[in-house]
Amino acid sequence: MRIELKKREGLSALFSILSPFIALGLTLIAGVILFLVLGKDPVKALYSFFIEPLTEVWSLHELAIKAAPLILIAVGLSVCYRSNNWNIGAEGQFIIGAMAGSIVPVVFHGWQSPLVLPLMLVFGMIGGAAYAAIPAFLKARLNTNEILTSLMLVYVAQLLLDWTVRGPWRNPEGFNFPETRNFHDYAVLPRIIETGKTHWGFAFALIAAVVLWFIMRRTLKGFEISVLGESARAGRFAGFSDKKMVYFAFIVSGALAGLAGISEVSGAIGQLRPTISPGYGFTAIIVAFLGRLNPLGIVAAGLILALTYLGGEAAQISIGITDKVTRLFQGLLLFFVLGCDTLIHYRIRFITGAAQKGSAA
Amino acid sequence: MDMTQAIILTIMTAATPLLLAAIGELVVERSGVLNLGVEGMMIMGAVAAFAVAQITGSAGLGAISGLIAGLLFSLLFGFLTLTLVANQVATGLALTILGLGLSGMIGEAFIGLPGLKLAAIEIPALSQIPFIGPILFKQDPIFYVSILAVIGVNWFLFKSRAGLRLRAIGDNHSSAHALGVKVVRTRYLAVMFGGACAGLAGAHLSLVYTPQWVENMTAGRGWIALALVVFASWRPTRVLAGAYLFGAVSIGQLHAQALGLGIPSQFLSALPYLATIAVLIIISLNRRMTLINTPASLGKSFVPER
Repeated sequence: MRIELKKREGLSALFSILSPFIALGLTLIAGVILFLVLGKDPVKALYSFFIEPLTEVWSLHELAIKAAPLILIAVGLSVCYRSNNWNIGAEGQFIIGAMAGSIVPVVFHGWQSPLVLPLMLVFGMIGGAAYAAIPAFLKARLNTNEILTSLMLVYVAQLLLDWTVRGPWRNPEGFNFPETRNFHDYAVLPRIIETGKTHWGFAFALIAAVVLWFIMRRTLKGFEISVLGESARAGRFAGFSDKKMVYFAFIVSGALAGLAGISEVSGAIGQLRPTISPGYGFTAIIVAFLGRLNPLGIVAAGLILALTYLGGEAAQISIGITDKVTRLFQGLLLFFVLGCDTLIHYRIRFITGAAQKGSAA
Repeated sequence: MDMTQAIILTIMTAATPLLLAAIGELVVERSGVLNLGVEGMMIMGAVAAFAVAQITGSAGLGAISGLIAGLLFSLLFGFLTLTLVANQVATGLALTILGLGLSGMIGEAFIGLPGLKLAAIEIPALSQIPFIGPILFKQDPIFYVSILAVIGVNWFLFKSRAGLRLRAIGDNHSSAHALGVKVVRTRYLAVMFGGACAGLAGAHLSLVYTPQWVENMTAGRGWIALALVVFASWRPTRVLAGAYLFGAVSIGQLHAQALGLGIPSQFLSALPYLATIAVLIIISLNRRMTLINTPASLGKSFVPER
């Protein structure tokens, strides 16, 4: 059997909407097969993975907490990817943002004032943006491959965080644990509602999504992003600068990743540790694509991917499978999303052996 | 064996997986395909090699399984990017994410087990040569494969007709297609070769370099291999030089850590990554050279018109 693609006249509106759902469906089917292979009851496994976390109020809060950094980072990445800038170092920008924001409560922990938190958030965004500006500068000035440089900087950021919390920022009263002081009350991102744990990071995520949706849809900047993404040459004829766009895209996405980082440590963790992210920066890449690089789609996609993190933890407890299955599901989902996107641009025809001979005759 | 020999040997051991993964990716990129999934194929090779070696008790079978795992994984990439013409950058990332997840799951049962080491093969007579004998001719089999791969790929690309066709596809897939060259089939073969090399590189990590299974044990080596291809400006012999340079950097930082120079270990561990960035910058400065050698169709999808 052979698969043949035929380009559609335009994009298929139907499949633009359907393809993420087909991808989700295929991921579930792959999940059933996977659990059968592992010798687990697939219905029970999928239930505990994808449904159980949604049945209780406290876990809905957990969902929002996990979705917040994913949405924030992915919204920024969508600006990058739409403008053809391949920032895949958001994990590093997240870490540096978290560290930059933590300077205030860790280094100047004696200073307690309502100004602390806003300053932390600003520092976090500046930190993330500055770290993202490195690959942007290298790409715009020297034409260095931004995929590789932004990714290498992730490893550097992880090592820098590790050194900081084990070395100069280690909690002097912490019995030698590799962690910083607990943030004081003024440095903690408050909860949105009193009864649940969801902190303001989730609100930041929603605001960022709406603002960027507006920018992309309704403003000249948004038009510039898409034009330069489609063709740098066409963009230059329109008078847009592709070099400036490199900086714009990287700095926006770096700032949002940095905001996600400082929100995570001040809202959810409460201190710096050697590891502060279960790979949010990489999972956000999947979120961006599953959301079709559309900020509003990304909100939905962020919630779905957040569910895989919770589902992984739940499945570990209730059916005793490793939480590594989470990353597997995430990878599979991205694969199916990318594969199904073909349906938007092409008609797919399956040609069987018999038909092949027939057409030859 | 003296100290110098020992250091050179460890550098070569560190360089072999980089060299193999990079030479495979070089062929892939020469055919015009950008597979960013090297890290994922490598880690799959590492876990498959370790698992099969444990189960069968044979490190040799392990190495072959690593190669096959990388190859099968690359077929996933090929199906998406060549048959379904999905975005190559995104699909490569997906392959890495999937590989890190799947390997973590498979490898869970093997954490902490003492590994099997792939035995060195001593080449008679040659290994008796003073100094260089033990370095070059008493090595693990994957080392020999890596050297042969460089020689073979260099010959294939620049001396054989098939290699000429492959380069033509990488430079302009439309014209190559018009001339009757099988673009998609050739690219599939190139992608599979890249996958096999990455898988074997992974097997080297878990059977020779550190014979055990540790989660995420590739630690960015797949990405460094990708950078090496750029560094080498798509020339096999330069990949050889680059891989050994990087082997030296990563061994150098280990020795510096052992000496206790008073520099925090994290800074030394960051050196290979910083060196990668530095090298990429230096290469980009010479824009003319990169432009000449970069396959012009790199990363662009091809749909045959019928």
